[in-house]
Amino acid sequence: MRTINSNNPFGDSHQHHVLSVLVQNRPGVLARVSGLFARRGYNIYSLAVAPTDDVDYSRITIVVDISATPLEQIVKQLFKLIDVVRITELDPRKSVERELMLATVRIDGEHRGQIVELANIFEAKVLAVGSDAISLSMDGTPEKIDDFEELLKGYGIVESQRTGRVALPKLEREARKGALKGKAS
Amino acid sequence: MSNKETLTGAEALIRSLEMENVEIMFGLPGGCILPAYDPLLKSSIRHILVRHEQGAGHMAQGYAHVTGRPGVAMVTSGPAATNMVTPLCDAFMDSIPMICITGQVPTTAIGTDAFQECDTVGITRSVTKHNELIMHPDDIPMAVRQAFHIATTGRPGPVLLDVPKDVLQNTMTWTWPTDEEVIASLPGYKPTTKGHPKMIKEAAKLILASEKPLLYIGGGVLKARAADVVRELAELLQIPVVTTLMARGAFPDSHPLCLGMPGMHGNATAITAMQKSDLLINFGARFDDRVTGKVSTFAPDAKVIHVDIDPAEQGKVRKPDVPIVGDCRIVVEEILKSVQELLAEGSTQVNIDPWRSKVSGWREKFPVAYDQSEPGGRLKPQFCLEKLRDAAPEGTIVVSGVGQHQMWTSLFWKFNEPYTWVNSGGLGTMGFSVPAAIGAKAARPDRTVWAIDGDGCFQMTAQELVTASTEGIHIKVAILNNTYLGMVRQWQEMFYGERYSEVNLAGCPDFVKWAEAMGCVGIRVDSVEEIDGAIELANSINDRSVVIDFRVEEFEKVFPMVPAGQSNDDVLLHPSQESDRGLLR
Ligand SMILES: Cc1ncc(C[n+]2csc(CCOP(=O)(O)OP(=O)(O)O)c2C)c(N)n1
Ligand SMILES: [Mg+2]
Repeated sequence: MRTINSNNPFGDSHQHHVLSVLVQNRPGVLARVSGLFARRGYNIYSLAVAPTDDVDYSRITIVVDISATPLEQIVKQLFKLIDVVRITELDPRKSVERELMLATVRIDGEHRGQIVELANIFEAKVLAVGSDAISLSMDGTPEKIDDFEELLKGYGIVESQRTGRVALPKLEREARKGALKGKAS
Repeated sequence: MSNKETLTGAEALIRSLEMENVEIMFGLPGGCILPAYDPLLKSSIRHILVRHEQGAGHMAQGYAHVTGRPGVAMVTSGPAATNMVTPLCDAFMDSIPMICITGQVPTTAIGTDAFQECDTVGITRSVTKHNELIMHPDDIPMAVRQAFHIATTGRPGPVLLDVPKDVLQNTMTWTWPTDEEVIASLPGYKPTTKGHPKMIKEAAKLILASEKPLLYIGGGVLKARAADVVRELAELLQIPVVTTLMARGAFPDSHPLCLGMPGMHGNATAITAMQKSDLLINFGARFDDRVTGKVSTFAPDAKVIHVDIDPAEQGKVRKPDVPIVGDCRIVVEEILKSVQELLAEGSTQVNIDPWRSKVSGWREKFPVAYDQSEPGGRLKPQFCLEKLRDAAPEGTIVVSGVGQHQMWTSLFWKFNEPYTWVNSGGLGTMGFSVPAAIGAKAARPDRTVWAIDGDGCFQMTAQELVTASTEGIHIKVAILNNTYLGMVRQWQEMFYGERYSEVNLAGCPDFVKWAEAMGCVGIRVDSVEEIDGAIELANSINDRSVVIDFRVEEFEKVFPMVPAGQSNDDVLLHPSQESDRGLLR
C-alpha cells in the first residue's frame, strides 16, 4: 500500500524528524494529533505518549518521515490544535533519545550462551528463559536497539516489540540552570 | 451561604448562551437534547425550528456571514449530529464562526451502541476548529465560554459541544468564568494579532518600490472587519484590487481600482493582473487552487506579502517574501501607517501609471461578456441576473448556491458593501443558499435577501422555505433553472466530449407549485417580456417568501474559465474575445 506524501518509511534516517509535542492531558487529545497526521496524509513512524511530571500535561514524542517543507506545515497544523501547548523539533544531535525493546528469541542448546553473551554486551536483561526460547529486554538509543535487533534476527526472533522513541533536549552546560527553572509552559 | 444557585445542566447551557448574547438559534429537538429544549421555553433566545438539521447549520452560517457574530445551532444526537457534518465542514473551510450543540446519549450509555449514539466528537473532529464532549454539568459554563472564545478569535471557525442527556439533567452550581479564567484554561491557544514591526516596515517598503502592485484580498479582510482600511491603503497608493470569491463586497465593485474576482471563473483582467504583477499584496486570502490555477505557473514574477492570522497559511501554497501573521485589520492599519511615515520622510512611490493604464486597457477590452439571446429565444441566466441586480434595493444581501449560477452571480452582481455576499466557497456545498439566506434574513430583517439558486441546489434544501414561512422570515429566491446540473454539464461538454452522464434534471418538479405548497409565492418566467414584471412583483411582496423560476438557456457556459490544473495564462475567454487574447500579454 502506498502512503501519501511519505517516502521510504524505513531506512533513510535523515528523513526522520522527532517532534516533542506538549499537550493538555485531556480526553481525545491523542486522537486529535494522530487524526491530523492521517488527514494531512503524513505517516507517523513511531509515537510514544505519557503524562509529564505535571499530570495536567502529556508529552507525545512523534517520529515522522518527511522532508523539511511538509514538516513545517505539519508543525503549524499541529499547533492549531487547541490542546497542543508546545512543539519542539528535536535535533538528534542535540537531544537524548531512548527506546525500549522486548524480544523473544528462539534458542537451541548451542546458541543459548551466545545470546546471553550478546545480551551482556548490549546491557540487555534476560527476562525469562524457556527450553526453546529466551525473552530479553533492552533499552538504549534507537540506533543501538537497531543493531541489537539485527543481531538477534540471525537467531530467529519469535516476537518483538519496540516502544518507539522518547526524547528530550540535551542540556547544554550553560543552559542547564535556566532550563531547570523555566518548567514546561 | 446560599447565593450560589443550583441549576440543571440544561438550564446552565441555555443561560450560558444568553450570557454570550445569543439572540437567535437554529435547531430541531430530539431524545438526547430534549432537556435543553425545556428551559428554552422561558429563554430570551429565539429558536428557529428547521425542517432538516443541515438547514440549521447553514442558517447559523448565513447569520454569522452577515453579522460577524457566531451562528448557533442545536440538534440532537446520532442522525441529527451527522446531518450537521456538512455545515460544520462548510464553516470550517470558510472560517465562519459557529457554535453547534449536539445532544448525546447519557454518559452511562456512551460506548454501548445505544439508540442514536454516534461518536460525534470523533466524526466532527476534522471539520471543526475544536470540539468537546462535556462530561459534567459543572463544566458547561466554561465549555460554552471557551467555545465562543475559540470560534470568534484567531482564524474563526466552528466549535461543537456534545452534551450527554444526563449532563443536561443533573444539577450544578452556577458560576460564570471570567475572561482571565477562560484564557488560562487554554494554555495552547494564543492567536497572534499584531504583525511583526520589522515585517510591516519591510512590506511598506516593498509596496512603495513595486512597479506592478496588486492587492489580492480574501475573506480574512471581512473576518477582520478591515474593508475600510484596505480601501484607504488602495486609494492612497492607487493600487488595483482583486476580490476573491470569499471577499466579494470587501472592496466596492463600483470603485475604479476594483478589478473583481480572479480565479477559475474570474474575469480576464483580474486573472491577468495576478499573472503579470510584480508584487501580490495578499490580505487574508489563502492561494486557493481555484485562484492560483497551476501553482508552478502562478504569478511567476511576483513577490508576495502575505498577511494571515493563521500561521499555517504562510508558505502552505506559495512561499511569501514577507510573511506577516496577524489580524488583517491591525496589520493593514500598521502597514498603512508605515507607508505614510515613509512618504512623510521623503520616500516616494515608484510610478505605477504604466501598470494602471495596462490594467485599464484589459478591463476595457475584456469585460465579462455573454451573448444576448435571439428574439424569442431562451432567457439568458446572465440577463436575468442583471435585471435582478438593477432592481434590487440598496443593501440587498445576495446568497448563492453552488454551480454556474454562483459564478454568474459573482461575475454579474455589483457588490458595493461588505457582508452583502454570502456563499459556500471552500466546500462548495449545493443546497447552501436557501437556508443560509434564511439565516441572513433572520439576522438582518431590514434587508432584502435574494437567494440566487440553481435548480439542482434548490432541490437539496428547499424544504427550509417551510421554516421561512412558519417563522415569518421572508426571503426571495431566484432559481436560474437550466434543467441541468449545469456546472457538471459544462465540464462534460468541454472535457468529456459532450458525453452527458447523469446531469439532466428536466421534467419535474413544478417549482411554482412547490413554492406555493410551502407557503410562498411562486412565479414562473419563460420569456424576456415577463422578467421585469416578475421581479417587480417579487420585490413588492414583504409578507411572504417568493420563488421565481427563471427558465433559462440550458447550454449556457460560464466564461472565462481556467480549466482545472491548468495555468492562469491559458484562461479560456468568452468566444467573442478570444481573437483579442494577444492583448493580455
Ligand atoms: C452537495 C454537492 N454535491 C455535488 C456537487 C458537485 N456539483 C457542483 S456544481 C453542481 C451542479 C449544480 O447544479 P445546479 O444547482 O442546477 O446549478 P447550475 O450549475 O446548473 O447553475 C454539482 C452537482 C456539489 N458541489 N455539492
Ligand atoms: Mg442547474
